[in-house]
Amino acid sequence: MSILLAADDVRRAITRIAHEIVEREPDPSRLAIVGIRARGDVLAMRLRDALRSIAGREVPLGSLDITLYRDDLTRIGYSPTIHRTDIPFSVDDRVVVLVDDVLFTGRTIRAAMDAVVDYGRPRAIRLAVLVDRGHRELPIRADFVGKNIATAPGDDVRVRLAEADGRDEVELAQRVPA
Amino acid sequence: MTGRTGAAAPARAGETALPTWTRRHVLSTEDWSRGEIELVLENTVAMREILSRPVRRAPPLRGRTVVLFFAEASTRTRVSFELAAKALSADVVNISAAGSSVEKGETLLDTVRTLEALGGDIIVMRHGASGAPYFVADRTSAAVINAGDGWHAHPTQGLLDAYTLRDALGDLAGKRVVIVGDVLHSRVARSDIHTLVPLGAEVTLSGPPTLMPLAWRCGAVPRGVSYEPDLDRALDGADAVIALRLQRERAESGLLPSLREYARVWGLTEARVGRMRPGAPVMHPGPMNEGIEIEAAVAHGARSLIETQVTNGVAVRMALLYLLAGQP
Repeated sequence: MSILLAADDVRRAITRIAHEIVEREPDPSRLAIVGIRARGDVLAMRLRDALRSIAGREVPLGSLDITLYRDDLTRIGYSPTIHRTDIPFSVDDRVVVLVDDVLFTGRTIRAAMDAVVDYGRPRAIRLAVLVDRGHRELPIRADFVGKNIATAPGDDVRVRLAEADGRDEVELAQRVPA
Repeated sequence: MTGRTGAAAPARAGETALPTWTRRHVLSTEDWSRGEIELVLENTVAMREILSRPVRRAPPLRGRTVVLFFAEASTRTRVSFELAAKALSADVVNISAAGSSVEKGETLLDTVRTLEALGGDIIVMRHGASGAPYFVADRTSAAVINAGDGWHAHPTQGLLDAYTLRDALGDLAGKRVVIVGDVLHSRVARSDIHTLVPLGAEVTLSGPPTLMPLAWRCGAVPRGVSYEPDLDRALDGADAVIALRLQRERAESGLLPSLREYARVWGLTEARVGRMRPGAPVMHPGPMNEGIEIEAAVAHGARSLIETQVTNGVAVRMALLYLLAGQP
């Protein structure tokens, strides 16, 4: 078990991603931030705050529950409570930045993109993640990455955020060979 | 990746842990735990959001077939289930008794075998015989949802009424809900009781003694339920009222002197609903007999949630279809 990112690293990663977003999309009036539950929405909120202090503009914020868009409804014992999706603005012609904690197989992001286009036609969809741990199963890549981490497929990357877990931290739990 | 790949997301502050869904059928809420009811209501919130989007459709039931088997007349419940199934991208097959081989004398069991052979994953059924959905559920591998069986149960109506009331009143603990009308023949009343009482509401029944179950009329009422024959007294200070549909044939069968008298003694008028708490809502499962159990001015007035019930009904049925589809 090892700590990949401490609280300070998480804070710096979010600030850096915010700067990169502003660099790439200089017109904040076209931007929107959408976090994927249940950790991406917390990161999205922090990213919105960082963008406010950098660009001085309020960027609309939404959150997405992708449960209904998953491709494995009966394959796993799933948590059946669907949380509220809340996108209180039109996504038409906006650059929607999807935010998630960990990018792994890419299936969550595929589901999230399907969900976003059900709300309208964004000008573009970008992806920001705190951690990219590799092992993609779909042709998806992140535009903004806090940290790239080499992992084995069976490893567990645990993201903790103060709002939900009491402290900020990213931990790698390696699978113990049997 | 953590979360979303199997491990349940950790509960947020202020969020009570809901149980895991394990039911294969929805036949009655009579034996449901409060947690199971809450789970359905919680998912209904998310389904309402889908219905408010520009594209009112999400994909979780893609490739599944929902068979609507209505052996008894119904428009709004059938259409509600159809919209719910389609909003979750299921294929929908409609079978009604009229015009099907049921009219040619096919038995219920043969009909069910046929429905299953057609590839139905979920059978939504309405039947005039109490208990018919249980008979079917025991003999099919499909999931069965009871859309009303005889006088017995109409669980999706109970759940949508609970959702609508909770949306309007907040926590139902200690809230007093009046149900007025033909309780004896009403599966809606029974399912409302079996959903509202576990959520903490107190149900006051009102209506003619001839249209009350004998034991309830004599005081042997279920927990959380009371009977007050005087509607004005029942409504005094109540938090909500649900009027039941009066079948016109009840007057012909001698249980009522006349429809006119029923309207005068048991009909919801503006003066009567004014006895409830300010703004207390008025509901009706539909279809209404305006001028008999409810005055037009009340049915379409500021307190009426009757149209909201219809919208909520689609969302509740989506939540149930989704939960059942997730069962292996």
